Amino acid sequence: MSTSLSVAVLMSSIRSGTSLLYATLGEMVGQRAGIVNLGLEGNMLIGAAVGFAATFLTGSPYLGVAAAALAGMVGNLLFAYIVVERRANQLAAGLTLLFLGFGASALIGRPFIGVIITGLPRFGDFDPLVWLAVPTALLMGWLLFRTRWGLALRAVGEDPAVVFAAGRRPDLLQYEALAVGGLLGGIGGAHLSVAFTLSWDEGMTAGRGFIAIALVIFAKWNPLWAVIGALIFGGAEALQLSLQAGGADVSPFLMNMIPYLLTLIVLVFWGWNRRSAAPAALGRSFFGVE
Amino acid sequence: MQRDFVMSLRGFATSAARQGALRAVAVALAALAIFALLLLADGKDPLHAYRDTLVYVFGNAYGFSELLVRMTPLLLTSVAVALPSRLGLINVGGEGQLYMGAWLASAGALAFPNLPAWLLLPLVTVSGFLGGALWALVPGLFRAAKLVNETISTLLLNYIAPLIVSFFIFGPWRSAESSSYPQSPAFVDAARLPSLGGTRIHLGLLYGLVGLALYALLMSRTRWGLEMRAIGGNPEASLRLGIPVAGYLVAAMTVAGGFAGLAGMAEVSAIQGRLVANLSPGYGYMGFLVAWLAGGSAAGILVMAFLFAVVSSVGDILQITQGVPYAVVNLLMGVILFIVLGQRGGGRR
Repeated sequence: MSTSLSVAVLMSSIRSGTSLLYATLGEMVGQRAGIVNLGLEGNMLIGAAVGFAATFLTGSPYLGVAAAALAGMVGNLLFAYIVVERRANQLAAGLTLLFLGFGASALIGRPFIGVIITGLPRFGDFDPLVWLAVPTALLMGWLLFRTRWGLALRAVGEDPAVVFAAGRRPDLLQYEALAVGGLLGGIGGAHLSVAFTLSWDEGMTAGRGFIAIALVIFAKWNPLWAVIGALIFGGAEALQLSLQAGGADVSPFLMNMIPYLLTLIVLVFWGWNRRSAAPAALGRSFFGVE
Repeated sequence: MQRDFVMSLRGFATSAARQGALRAVAVALAALAIFALLLLADGKDPLHAYRDTLVYVFGNAYGFSELLVRMTPLLLTSVAVALPSRLGLINVGGEGQLYMGAWLASAGALAFPNLPAWLLLPLVTVSGFLGGALWALVPGLFRAAKLVNETISTLLLNYIAPLIVSFFIFGPWRSAESSSYPQSPAFVDAARLPSLGGTRIHLGLLYGLVGLALYALLMSRTRWGLEMRAIGGNPEASLRLGIPVAGYLVAAMTVAGGFAGLAGMAEVSAIQGRLVANLSPGYGYMGFLVAWLAGGSAAGILVMAFLFAVVSSVGDILQITQGVPYAVVNLLMGVILFIVLGQRGGGRR
């Protein structure tokens, strides 16, 4: 492989890893507060559709991304109401959000099938969302590990009763975490449609939301590790794309399996020692102190 | 996470029996009202849409028979969720298992076209079961070996299975006569699951009902069921009691996958008559929600599968009469589920 080709592959790994990184960070914030959101995929779809529609209608990709972030936040707040306020089962509520996202994004995006937009402009080699991706990860790391808010948030994920006893409200912190998570998930989806493919297609996130959930485990719930994880998976996708573009004689369907297989293999080899890093109260509803 | 899931299954099973149909009606009305607003926002006339739906679904025998056709895969995929849930396992992989069942069933049907029906049909059925079972065996083994949580592995496998199907129908199995639309050659008649009269109701419905009955009997009347429920209650204590926990985990996942595989088999063998790319509009995921809402009870699954069949038919009809995309049915389902989920909870552990 020549140098120019490997540089090209690296660049395109960064580009395709960006949406994964935002989504992974979004899921991570929620999980740090003890909430598993299986609906991330649905949230990303809503972000992709809303971002695309808003970009097309307003002509501004920045407004598009902002609208997508807002839509992702609304989706996650709906989810938060169900799991935090009503204490519904998180997995079932997550799948519900997935269904809602599939349906809503199809309805929103339908007038825009086949339309092409001018997406985010590039500064240098990358669009602004790519440039902001690693700083966002650093920011999330700082928020989670260097602020009082982050400390309280992580404590909710470990044991909500302790946070309650310390005089803070676990439910509010979970709402806040999920709002931030939805924002990031929406941006992750929007990056796909507004900066990457520049088109809208039903179900275009193609399981990235679930890969992001796996990446959270791989990253040991640490935003900095998420950067490396997203880069590896962006790389898998970039490699697959460049093989296809290079006319490799392998069925595209087999190559499309690479990201999912890689995720599974990574989890098999590195997943087993990750459990201890998981927030202790992950997935449980907090019913107050008896 | 898993214990809570199972607990909530049981909690709902009893409360559902108590509170009865009245609340279900309220939920349905609320969902229909919200969905009507969404249709209005899309510039459609919701009253018109609902009237069309009623006429099409309940207006004649054919419409009603189509509900039973829709219900068939849901029965099978919800058993695929309910069975492992009793051990505290979360199988979200019904979709992938369905596709692999369809794939292996097609392999059987295409490989032995000359066998008589009495031999070929059982072969297709068994290979459908095996396809799903093997696909679920993988996450089962990973879980038993404590390598990967089955929730995430089954979800990832859902994305791989349809690609395998696509690989075969675009490649080795591509039918020569249809160049525009990729699909496998048509199955011989001997590989087609028999249907009832002039309807599309097929033997798969019987498989679903028998599967559901077997599941109920297994859980309530056998030692295996007792031990599985014990594992669901307290895996640590079960292990100390000498129950082979890992073996049960793997077996439950495998059998569950087999049921989802049967759903896929029925789709290709009875409905399509060949392997196609878009086999399922999310039957695997719907099965999860059916089993969850039913609280894992067999009677509940029967009712909920029927309700989901109605909702999913509504989607079909709206697609035809109102020109809305089929995916909108997901929106309707999401709205209903959010209302159901938002109603309960609170104080239940």
